[in-house]
Amino acid sequence: MKFFPLVWAGLWRKKLRTIFTLLAIVVAFLLFGMLQGVNSAFNATVEKANVNRLTVTSKINFTEALPYAYLTQIEAVPGVSAVAWFSWFGTYYQDAKNFVFSFPADPVRLFDMYPEYHIDKAQLDTFEHTRTGAVIGVELAKKYGWKIGDRVTLHSTIWTKADGTSDWPFDIVGTFEVPTDSSQANQFFFNHSYFDEGRSFGKGTVGWYIVRVSDPKLSAQVAIDIDKRFENSQDETKTQTEKEFQQSFLKQIGDINFIVTSILSAVFISLLFATGTTMMQSVRERIPELAVLKTLGFSNGRVLSLVLAESVLLCLIAAGLGLGLASLIFPALKNFIGVATLSRSVVATGVLFAVLMALITGLPPALRAQRLNIVDALAGR
Amino acid sequence: MSAPTLVSIRNVSKRYQRGKQSVEVLQNLDLDIGQGEFIALMGPSGSGKTTLLNLIGGLDHPSTGEIRVGSERIDSLSDGKLAKWRARHVGFVFQFYNLMPMLSAERNVELPLLLTSLSSAQRKRNVAAALTVVGLADRARHKPSELSGGQAQRVAIARALVADPTLLVCDEPTGDLDRHTADEILGLLQALNREHGKTIVMVTHDPKAAEYASRQLHMDKGALIDAGAINAA
Ligand SMILES: Nc1ncnc2c1ncn2[C@@H]1O[C@H](COP(=O)(O)OP(=O)(O)OP(=O)(O)O)[C@@H](O)[C@H]1O
Ligand SMILES: [Mg+2]
Repeated sequence: MKFFPLVWAGLWRKKLRTIFTLLAIVVAFLLFGMLQGVNSAFNATVEKANVNRLTVTSKINFTEALPYAYLTQIEAVPGVSAVAWFSWFGTYYQDAKNFVFSFPADPVRLFDMYPEYHIDKAQLDTFEHTRTGAVIGVELAKKYGWKIGDRVTLHSTIWTKADGTSDWPFDIVGTFEVPTDSSQANQFFFNHSYFDEGRSFGKGTVGWYIVRVSDPKLSAQVAIDIDKRFENSQDETKTQTEKEFQQSFLKQIGDINFIVTSILSAVFISLLFATGTTMMQSVRERIPELAVLKTLGFSNGRVLSLVLAESVLLCLIAAGLGLGLASLIFPALKNFIGVATLSRSVVATGVLFAVLMALITGLPPALRAQRLNIVDALAGR
Repeated sequence: MSAPTLVSIRNVSKRYQRGKQSVEVLQNLDLDIGQGEFIALMGPSGSGKTTLLNLIGGLDHPSTGEIRVGSERIDSLSDGKLAKWRARHVGFVFQFYNLMPMLSAERNVELPLLLTSLSSAQRKRNVAAALTVVGLADRARHKPSELSGGQAQRVAIARALVADPTLLVCDEPTGDLDRHTADEILGLLQALNREHGKTIVMVTHDPKAAEYASRQLHMDKGALIDAGAINAA
């Protein structure tokens, strides 16, 4: 610690240069925090997926509908303990940028399938018995200030009604919470029967089925059995665990992992060169000073660690600022990715990266300082 | 000479490899320096003064020969041991002061103490004492760029003194100063020698400066040409 003033002074020897280098690293870590944060939020969604729930979609494409008649057949597959279904509804509220995750479903089956969704029993009852009834997640309620008793009209980008319009009125009759994953509490559920009666086409179909197996160990077998049952039919199925389904869903919006990794690699590699050059230059300018330190009895190892400490300090300060900024900006992304905080593992990885970067960029100049010959350096040779 | 010998140099040679050519900068040199002496080392440019001074100060190894300082054979010490030895026994003063430009005077003076086990409070006290000895207690917070040449050299002398070394080696300490300031610095060195008992080896081109010393040595082409004591005026 007593060497800190020396390290600090060395770092700020050329103020402007240090500030520019610092800013470059700050921006890189800001980017890292944002991208990696979004990425890990998506991954967390996949991780949280339940293993004893299966998703049955059309084999052709998961946006393709399946016959409602499959319900009883799926229920008949050994190992299946419950079945629910959903459909894509694709809606926005008032303006196209106000996207709402809304799904027609069977009220009782839905909340039975997802015990992690907490709803008041009386509200669920009302929901079941109100044709135009809808229940909404508390986060969604908060976002638009919707309350029980409100009449809300959503515009569907997929479904027109018999009268040719696409505006679907609903009556909010309940709200639900998802304590284990608040990002799930931004959904909007309404009665499948209302949907099926109202739509002008596609009647008698559902988007996909959710199947609960009595034992997670059976998942693989049950999935095979379901798909086998509909083999060679008009609508072949593809049954996956919830996890696989979410992963393949995310693949559709692009392999986020790959994109994030490529961008960050490019940023960090160019940063390595920039920081490395700065550090090297900074040491080169200070050769006589470093020689004086050695003259005073600072060992080669000590001089090496002083130079390394400088680059570690620089990278840690910059990473701290970058990640700090990212975590400040992150809450603003909440509506987009559903998670409001930068995960601790992202921060930890960032700090690790910072130290690694410091060592990689600091080591060549540090070794040069270590090997410095006092007599030659003092004589300016 | 009655004082006990502090530095003893026996048959020391120093060769530098310049390309394929080997240049012998010091040739079979013998020299004894007594405890408490103030030596002025003179001679034409390129005669090997700095080379000899660096060997005495433990900055470099001789090619052959033996160098003893106190009870220690420093010619055979490893780089690491030599660094430790320098920190404990030698103070260095250079022509261009060689202070750390980013550090205040007191931080510069503190540098050698960072290698000791002294507490921060003790370091502060010793730094203040050293700055007082060189008459710069009131400039402790100044950066080198805010000091005159003479003041900067005083800070350098304080830095050389602060760890209480037995030996001070100075390479043209007044080479960059005007007559008046040079006399002040030389007076300071002389006081350190006389009152604090520091043994000093000083390289200088200036015969006036050499007069402050208790003995003058002359070098030419890598050898001492007049090893006999010439008493200062
Ligand atoms: N590392 C080295 N490599 C090659 N030659 C060297 C090296 N160090 C010193 N020399 C040579 O050794 C000779 C003596 O150098 P030194 O620096 O000791 O001279 P000096 O007496 O201090 O001269 P000056 O008064 O100019 O400072 C010079 O010719 C110099 O070029
Ligand atoms: Mg010289």
